[in-house]
Amino acid sequence: MSIFTEEQSKAILDKVIKLSKADQTSATLSGSVDGNIRFALNNISTSGIVDNTELAVEVAFGNRVGTATINEFDDASLERVVRRAEDLARLAPENPEFMPAIEKQTYKPSPTFSESTAAITPEYRAKVAADSIGPCKGEKLIAAGFLEDGQNFVAIANSKGNFAYQRGANFNYTCTVRTEDGRGSGWVGRNLKDAADFKADADIRTAMRKATESAEAKALEPGKYTVILEPAAAAGLISFMMNFFDARQADEGRSFLSKKGGGNKLGEQVYDSRVNISADPWDTRAAVLPWDQDGLPREKMNIVENGKVVALNYSRYWAKKQGKRAVGEPGNLLMAGGDKSTADLVRGTQKGVLVTRTWYIRMVDPQTVLLTGLTRDGTFYIENGQIKYPVKNFRFNESPVIMLNNIEELGRPVRVAGDESSFVMMIPPMKLRDFTFTSLSDAV
Amino acid sequence: MQRRDFLSFTGLTTAGALLPHTVWGRSVAAEALLEPVDQARRRQLADAALNTARAGGAQYCDVRVGRYLRQSVITREERVENVVNAESSGVGVRVLADGAWGFAATHVQTPDAVAQATRTALSIAKANARNQTRKVELAPTPALGEVRWATPIRKNGMEVPIKDKVDLLLSVNAAAMKAGADFFNSTLFLINEQKYFASTDGSYVDQDIHRIWLPVTATAVDKASGKFRTRNGLSAPMGMGYEFLDGAAAGKRALPGGITAYATSYDVMEDAVNAARDARAKLKAPSVKPGKYDLVIDPTNLFLTIHENVGHPLELDRVLGYEANYAGTSFATLEKRDAGYRWGSDIVNFVADKTRPGSLGAVGFDDEGVKTKQWDLVRDGILVDYQATRDEAHILGHTESHGCSYADSWSSVQFQRMANVSLMPGKTPLSVADMVKDVENGLYVHGRGSYSIDQQRYNAQFGGQLFYEIKNGRITGLVEDAAYQIRTPEFWNACVAICDERDFRLNGSFFDGKGQPSQVSAVSHGAATARFNGINVINTARSI
Repeated sequence: MSIFTEEQSKAILDKVIKLSKADQTSATLSGSVDGNIRFALNNISTSGIVDNTELAVEVAFGNRVGTATINEFDDASLERVVRRAEDLARLAPENPEFMPAIEKQTYKPSPTFSESTAAITPEYRAKVAADSIGPCKGEKLIAAGFLEDGQNFVAIANSKGNFAYQRGANFNYTCTVRTEDGRGSGWVGRNLKDAADFKADADIRTAMRKATESAEAKALEPGKYTVILEPAAAAGLISFMMNFFDARQADEGRSFLSKKGGGNKLGEQVYDSRVNISADPWDTRAAVLPWDQDGLPREKMNIVENGKVVALNYSRYWAKKQGKRAVGEPGNLLMAGGDKSTADLVRGTQKGVLVTRTWYIRMVDPQTVLLTGLTRDGTFYIENGQIKYPVKNFRFNESPVIMLNNIEELGRPVRVAGDESSFVMMIPPMKLRDFTFTSLSDAV
Repeated sequence: MQRRDFLSFTGLTTAGALLPHTVWGRSVAAEALLEPVDQARRRQLADAALNTARAGGAQYCDVRVGRYLRQSVITREERVENVVNAESSGVGVRVLADGAWGFAATHVQTPDAVAQATRTALSIAKANARNQTRKVELAPTPALGEVRWATPIRKNGMEVPIKDKVDLLLSVNAAAMKAGADFFNSTLFLINEQKYFASTDGSYVDQDIHRIWLPVTATAVDKASGKFRTRNGLSAPMGMGYEFLDGAAAGKRALPGGITAYATSYDVMEDAVNAARDARAKLKAPSVKPGKYDLVIDPTNLFLTIHENVGHPLELDRVLGYEANYAGTSFATLEKRDAGYRWGSDIVNFVADKTRPGSLGAVGFDDEGVKTKQWDLVRDGILVDYQATRDEAHILGHTESHGCSYADSWSSVQFQRMANVSLMPGKTPLSVADMVKDVENGLYVHGRGSYSIDQQRYNAQFGGQLFYEIKNGRITGLVEDAAYQIRTPEFWNACVAICDERDFRLNGSFFDGKGQPSQVSAVSHGAATARFNGINVINTARSI
């Protein structure tokens, strides 16, 4: 079993710190039990459980740093990993940007753990697959999906007396449903903390309905459209942009947040005044660890406030150099919105395109965060508040900065996971004008 | 490339902090990467799996005793950001029982632990068999006995001291800064896979595989206007040893416009200086006028188009629907092969291989013990075949596998991955200079830029590092903000000329992602410069 208690973790980390002869020592002990099940063509294809525990020790002599890791925890192994880190540090090149270990901190625990998710069994996963496949089989639909769940713990300590321990759980389900003739495709995704909140046999209906209703798609001319992006569709673009909120890159003049003439856009109005993005490790809807990868405490903070950029990520080194206070790098993204559901937004739309999901998003121009990507698994034309007919998928070339200046309305935020993002996110569905579709795709 | 995998390999997920890299294994001293493995012990572990599987009623079993070594040296300007030495070793066992697969892996390398993992794999296979509606059919493959294969390297990069690597990268960075770069990043990746495979077919395969990559990026900033531009290196990752970095003149090609291409040798110092110069020039280059152009595409750019628009849609598991929930399916459905689907013009020939020396995909045997080979995918413009593994070959009517099975770790289950897929050079003599001379209104495209493609591989958009305008047969200068948008069959049918084999070069992808949980693989794509008429080019400049 890879989940150590706080006492077990502390005992191991205390020994590590004591064994070290280096000027300073930091150590991270982490472990996880992750399960998954994958299905395709209405059959289970693979399933597995990965059990992993690891201790990473980082030591420094002056500004030479060495790291070593190990997955055995007897006294001899602990001694070995500390000595190896020391050997590596002695051989390492000097790091002029070396930062000393953080001082002793007090972390306020955040609600990242869930008993119901930690209790998931292989039988539960098989049932999720069966509950997804069963209804599809009955309606000549084909399901392909993936459930990943897990529980974990992480403990950190350093030679300045800092120590913290917390447990967590994660649950992410996605399913793509296609019609047998391959002309329709729908999708559903659920990212949760508590597995108890999940019902595969209910959620699968969303993907099934979209698959059936997206067949017989008509081609619309590419161009600028009013769109309603469902939270999953918007999340890919928003999270991509948030990866570039780095202060150093902006100060170096190589970011969309660099200012003409030098400096960065901190404090400037970059978005529509309705845009509010914050981070809060204790938010019960999307809790994350109360410290970042450096052990720096995370804070409840606004990142974008009424359209103004009010926070950038300062690494500890860059903060010191620029005379700023370093705070923990956010682990979640909470974008504020209104009370309306996606369906409510559709009802209030004269003409527009509803986008279920976006796909293969890549940076075209970092100067403007121009992103390209495609719609996928359910794109529909809206007229007079109703979904009229399915439309062929589009390629978009759009900057989230432009998009978040073209807001018509924001709906109620929903917890979502990005395909290629590690942020835990609350993102609203959003109605946007003049969204740029540049070509059609024949892909279903 | 999967962004997250790249970041975890470089240790950059933590903004430069030195933290564990669980994806890639435990950190070790650089010298540990040279420690030899015990051959007899590997055979003993393999036999523990095979015997347990036979006793447990398996129809078939294969076992991979793997040791995966990875080193990366990450630098920017005058300093080293990180040095990662990682080792991951363990045993993965796959069994076929009652017509279904089961897989389990252990990092504990004792016969008992391997036998236990095999029993777990057997129980998973038998459980899966109960829900299976179609039994696995395995194409036969000859027993190999004891065989060995190694990447034909001249110099093992793991033997080169870290200090020499750091000195090389920092001197390259300094030269680029002197040549006008405001920022310069360089990273060296080395991979050594030591894989021991055994199966109940009677094969024991020992392989030692090496790969190398040295990506660089120059950034130029104009603070007054707030503009910045980058130019990445024009080299490729290769299945070679450290000799790839010797910069030998014989490994380079001189191209029109004063561009140097790197075929079998990389002169990183020269390319870094050119990158700095180009990044500055891009700040002042005019913005492209959107419209139709004849594109002359260098292999440094065309390889990714081949990868995305040819390699991926011809992966049989995608075609069948096994990747529907993640990477997607394919427009190239099976009946298209039977109907002789026209993929491209008559001069378009795509060949798949796992054998070409220097390529990322070259191995002697795949991860299910099949001897590797070369085969046609598109012949004279017509779709003729796909890429398949042992359990897929029969679907194509084949009696043997293509040898496309790969797992990125001992702990990952092997599945179908892309072979090297290459565009064959033109059969009539044609130089790049002669090709350019013939173009009235075109763009000459170099380097890997942004790339995005739909889930069935029809609609794609590609950027590049350098777009040169061609007017009436002459290269007139750089243009900026260009990207080409294509639909796969139209694009390959617009291919009107391909340079001859003198210009044939390999490029490739070091971190190609597929599967859930995601696995990476490395694959090369060879091509000579090719011309495509009437391609849609968009202008990507925006103002925010």
